[in-house]
Amino acid sequence: MSARLFLAAPLMLAALPAAAQDHSRHAQPETEKPAEDHSQHAPRKKPAPLVLPPKSDPAPMDHSLHSVPELPEGPPPPEALEGPEHAADEIYGADRMAKARATNHATHGDMLTGTLMAERLELRIADGHEAYLWDLQGWYGGDIDKFVIKSEGEGEFGEGLEDAEVQALWGHAIGPFFDLQAGVRLDLEPETRSHLVLGVQGLAPYMWHVDGAVFLSDRGDLTARLEGEYDQKITQRLILQPRMELELSAQDIPEREIGAGLTKIETGLRLRYEIAREFAPYVGVGYEAMIGQTADMAKAAGEDPDGLAFLLGIRAWF
Amino acid sequence: MHARVSYNRGMISRQMGLGPVSRRNFMLGTAGVAASGLAMPAWAKGESLTHAKQGYGEVSGERIALTVDNHHFTVGGRKGHAIAVNGTVPGPLVRLREGQNVRIDVTNNLAEDTSIHWHGLLLPFQFDGVPGVSFPGIRPGETFTYEFPIRQSGTYWWHSHSGLQEQEGHYGPIVIESATPDPRYDRDYVVLLSEFTPRHPHEIARLLKVGEHYFNRQMQTATEGDMPLKERLMWGGMRMNPRDISDVTGDTYTFLVNGHGPMDGLEYLFTPGERVRLRVINGSAMTFFNIRIPGVPMTVIAADGMDVSPVDVDEFQIGTAETYDVIVTPPAGSHALVAEAMDRSGMGLASLTSHKGHRATPPPLREPVTLTMADMGMGSMDGASGGAMNHDAHGGGHGGMDHSGMNHGGGDAMAGMDHGSMDHSMRDTSKLPPDVKVGPGIDMVSPMPMDRMGYPGLGLDNVDHRVLRYTDLKAARMNPHRMPTRQMTIHLTGNMERYMWSFDGKKFSAVTDDPIRFAYDERVRVKLVNDTMMAHPIHLHGHFFELVNGAGMMNQPLKHTVVVQPGSTATFDVTANEPGDWAFHCHLLYHMHAGMMQTVTVRPFPEAEVEA
Repeated sequence: MSARLFLAAPLMLAALPAAAQDHSRHAQPETEKPAEDHSQHAPRKKPAPLVLPPKSDPAPMDHSLHSVPELPEGPPPPEALEGPEHAADEIYGADRMAKARATNHATHGDMLTGTLMAERLELRIADGHEAYLWDLQGWYGGDIDKFVIKSEGEGEFGEGLEDAEVQALWGHAIGPFFDLQAGVRLDLEPETRSHLVLGVQGLAPYMWHVDGAVFLSDRGDLTARLEGEYDQKITQRLILQPRMELELSAQDIPEREIGAGLTKIETGLRLRYEIAREFAPYVGVGYEAMIGQTADMAKAAGEDPDGLAFLLGIRAWF
Repeated sequence: MHARVSYNRGMISRQMGLGPVSRRNFMLGTAGVAASGLAMPAWAKGESLTHAKQGYGEVSGERIALTVDNHHFTVGGRKGHAIAVNGTVPGPLVRLREGQNVRIDVTNNLAEDTSIHWHGLLLPFQFDGVPGVSFPGIRPGETFTYEFPIRQSGTYWWHSHSGLQEQEGHYGPIVIESATPDPRYDRDYVVLLSEFTPRHPHEIARLLKVGEHYFNRQMQTATEGDMPLKERLMWGGMRMNPRDISDVTGDTYTFLVNGHGPMDGLEYLFTPGERVRLRVINGSAMTFFNIRIPGVPMTVIAADGMDVSPVDVDEFQIGTAETYDVIVTPPAGSHALVAEAMDRSGMGLASLTSHKGHRATPPPLREPVTLTMADMGMGSMDGASGGAMNHDAHGGGHGGMDHSGMNHGGGDAMAGMDHGSMDHSMRDTSKLPPDVKVGPGIDMVSPMPMDRMGYPGLGLDNVDHRVLRYTDLKAARMNPHRMPTRQMTIHLTGNMERYMWSFDGKKFSAVTDDPIRFAYDERVRVKLVNDTMMAHPIHLHGHFFELVNGAGMMNQPLKHTVVVQPGSTATFDVTANEPGDWAFHCHLLYHMHAGMMQTVTVRPFPEAEVEA
């Protein structure tokens, strides 16, 4: 350290007293510092005007930087804590300034906002069946905490609603890319049932938007769902979106024709065109298959356990 | 490659739909006051707003009155609400003289609070004009009087510091003539750059929070961009977008020169042989501009209002809130004065012409810019990873280069080149000091940030002509030679996906009672570490700091705003000789709005002055 100081010494003439206290600043209140010269003398007038020295040819570039000793980091000198906490309070009044600071919270960080998105509003056309589906999601809140609402449902034309659910969740950021979500889910169809929900939603590496949750029903049934989707831009407005959804169950749920284990897999490939960012019609294909015991139950009931559908839909948000 | 002669990507079709640009919009830069006089549609229901004029008038003297009103504004086929001062966008040029005193009455005719901050002026803090920091703001119907002596000369600007009003037109230029005659030029023009958008700024703020790169129409796609798949996967693995250059773009902005769109034919007249001083002010909310006049070299004579030793360049990048004064001596003819948005999504345009009415032909927009490893804070690792590394990432930079950072960061960063571990090495929060709050607001930590004072700005590192670098700037007047006694490090932090921005991981809303404290007359070396992939123009109110750019202590250039390049560091020395409370923030408006702001207090504060 002393060697480095020595190297820098010629450059430090003006600052020598201050530099000398690097090691034990607080123990040397007697040190003559320019700042104290001013502050000790009673009332100082306006700050000194900026005195510009005469123009001169610039000195040749020196390399003083490279010989600068390591400067101490740390708190400011104690006099930096003197005086009013908020300087403007004494001029304009503490009340008005406190109100203005409160306003600043909203305008400098604590903005509340939200959005509502119809990720999928679609027609599903398979041989002999025409079905519809919605998949909505919205949120309102700040950067860390949000109120989240989700709704999904589907049905066949002429046969009424098959499935419909609404979730109301509290979302809390648990990392740069993921929110923890907790709340309730209410099924309206095929029967009224409520669930507790615990999940995570966010952006996984390689830009996959994922949403996974476990559900505990009012009958004690535990199920889970995992969704992922990826936007591959073909052009700035034409976007191909592979999507996958898995459903699982911890136990048999006979009244819903669900067997324990992996129960259902749903894949889709959608090609959308963003007429505006907020409005994009799409076409696609979807393949759904019930798996394992769930598939067996479907077969036993004379249903097709899997099927391919042509998709036509709109992705829209505001 | 087809030539793109559009002024705004994607704008032309929309403009054609709206018919040809009215000739009545044409304006002479010389005159400064436009008389567009278009009949205006009623703005809000039941309320017919007058139409703000393009360009501005001039106010000067010891007593100045400014009035802030709601207006309607139209440019380049886009129209919408504006906040105009004295009826124009931009507001009037405030022309002052070094050594005078000025009283400025600002009347607020809005339905919300407003304010004016005098950007770059040295003044008593209580007249600095930042609501909640230096004063309470100006209430609707209220007239607030600013009063201060003029202690400097040069090119500055003023703008609202309330909410997002600056985006709506609430800004204007300041020219302070020096007390002694300046023989360096024959003709003097202001080139005030800004943007106009028909969208309400609160809607833009919302879209940035929710909207998946809403304004970016230059993303890499399957059919666009040269980046090899391997590198695309690496960026995807980090959940980062290498085309994230500007948050808000020509998709919604019409870029303005003195309030005029690129189609408006703004002219700056000159007589061949004249030395023309162009006072270039970046008064935009969100845009960095690349300034060039093809065929006409420029001599930079001042940065942020303060004289520098002349530097000859062909192009320079100007960050938001910076100013540069250049001298040009154009040959006879018409020359395009081009202010190309850094992300190349559009341009501001004027003609520098010796023939009235002759419009210069602008060059086409250049190819969009793609970020490199250096912008991720991976240091300069030319050749280490193929395609993306072909740029000279750090130019000739040798100002304050952080070798220590290289020593302990290098190994990890190299390991990070392995795709599997990249994700981890790009957010190693153990590299952050304990005063940085680690949380969802930080999506990246630069593994080995380097000083890039020698970097000319995104997209200008590979052009084949002379570009300005911070390392070229040398104060024309010697600074007192005085070593700092303390160093402090401030991390610029953010989360692109959530659109969170902060200093040290803490938004302004969390630290209004926990400022950055300087002792009066203390000299501090402040190192800014950019842990994000965006360039941030960081502005300190009420002071000039000295860029530690290798020019030597006595010639370090004085600035009020410093651009910290993506994934890089920038260092300045500041003597805290202006007592009071001062704002310190990123001058990208929506970054500041998201929380990238702090208060700097300079104490002790003499009681006698408070009474004044």
